[in-house]
Amino acid sequence: MIGVIDYRAGNGPSVLNALHALKIKARLVSTPEALRSVKGIILPGVGSARATMDSLQELGLIPALEEKVLGGKTPFLGICIGMQILMEYSAEGDTPCLGWLKGKVERFDGAVRIPQMGWNEVTFRRRDPVLAGLPEKEFFYFVNSYYVCPEAKEIVLATTHYGREFCSMLAWGPIYATQFHAEKSGVAGLQLLKNFALLAEGEHHADETSDCLF
Amino acid sequence: MLTKRLIACFDIINGMVTKARQFQHNIPIERAELVADRVYQEQIDEIIFYDITASAERRSIDLETVQKVAKRVFVPFTVGGGIKSLDEMYQVLKAGAEKISIDSMAVRYPALIREGALAFGRQCIVLSMQVKRVTKSSRIPSGYEIMIDGARVATGLDAVAWARQGEELGAGEICVNSIDRDGTHAGYDLELTALISQQVNVPVIASGGAGHPGHVADVFTRTGASGAIISSMLYSPIMPKNYTVREIKEYLAARGIPVRPWAEVSPGVMY
Repeated sequence: MIGVIDYRAGNGPSVLNALHALKIKARLVSTPEALRSVKGIILPGVGSARATMDSLQELGLIPALEEKVLGGKTPFLGICIGMQILMEYSAEGDTPCLGWLKGKVERFDGAVRIPQMGWNEVTFRRRDPVLAGLPEKEFFYFVNSYYVCPEAKEIVLATTHYGREFCSMLAWGPIYATQFHAEKSGVAGLQLLKNFALLAEGEHHADETSDCLF
Repeated sequence: MLTKRLIACFDIINGMVTKARQFQHNIPIERAELVADRVYQEQIDEIIFYDITASAERRSIDLETVQKVAKRVFVPFTVGGGIKSLDEMYQVLKAGAEKISIDSMAVRYPALIREGALAFGRQCIVLSMQVKRVTKSSRIPSGYEIMIDGARVATGLDAVAWARQGEELGAGEICVNSIDRDGTHAGYDLELTALISQQVNVPVIASGGAGHPGHVADVFTRTGASGAIISSMLYSPIMPKNYTVREIKEYLAARGIPVRPWAEVSPGVMY
């Protein structure tokens, strides 16, 4: 069972729709109790870092998430704002974040339109079970004005260019995070969600097929 | 590189996709979820639904249709039609849409843009504008006026001023619909699209008039539009020829326009 964190400003229902279309067992969770029994956690995100942090705090979910992911090593996938709040700090609204990973969140600047909105190319930098079946470069859907700058470059799993190169996916231990919206990225996004779910259920070896190109 | 978006747009009445000409004489075509599913399978980049009679009939938006579409379409999905409160926005997002399009209601209650952006993030709020060419005047210096209520009511607002105000209030995207070109299949209003995209920094979507892939190529090469709305050319039975998403994308790619390439997918793995 995958738990999709549900809070008012998130797009949990969209993520749940995608998982259900893939025939993956998943449900929305919004309490620490409901979080206990899940084997994988997805933290979707739209909106602002502060609104997301506030919602998680109000729901009392932060200690439970930390216990599950940092303590229990439960596979975790943060999406968009759900990626950004893993850092220590976001420049968006001067917001202190979870700090699971060292680094900060900065705003795109210069000559690009903000927000970045649309399909952009993601270049994967190394292999990972969560990327099974995906080519080295693939298009995913982005909506963001801010991007993460992790301190440890080895956690960068993919990069993308928008005015500058930025980290579009990261991986560290049980933690995965994408700046793009896998749940809204057609077949490629569904493949990634499916891989994550298989990995969370402990079945990822079965899906690591030869069409993983790199 | 960020690619240009092809956006399929549907006018919905009672759960049916309809096709109109200059905002009138809608004819029903097919169930909304079936049309949405088809264009999703064809690898459209994004989908917009307008529940076009919700506002005039003073009822809430058709959430059942929104839910049906959201369950089978995994690309961004925008919904509009008479949305006038934060609670209605929340219902539409909960039904599975990503973005809310507001149009006449935003003109009546500009604070709705700011409230929506604060509650759900500015990326959620699309300001849709119905724009008509008029004689330039001190009131309408751009020569483009904002109309509301199915293009029937003039507002006295200048389109450029309204677009800038909308961006300032928190709109994350601006969709520019040319009333003069709507349903004509004669091409987008390039002058209008270029003008608005120069004046705002958020993404601008061109709408109204596409009848041929060449029109889409024109709007991407000659204006700053980030996305283009296509509808008739995809599915209207009154068009002499319909195009697939693949045909349009290949046409654009051949002209050097960055698009998400159409990809070979084995049948049945779209979800």
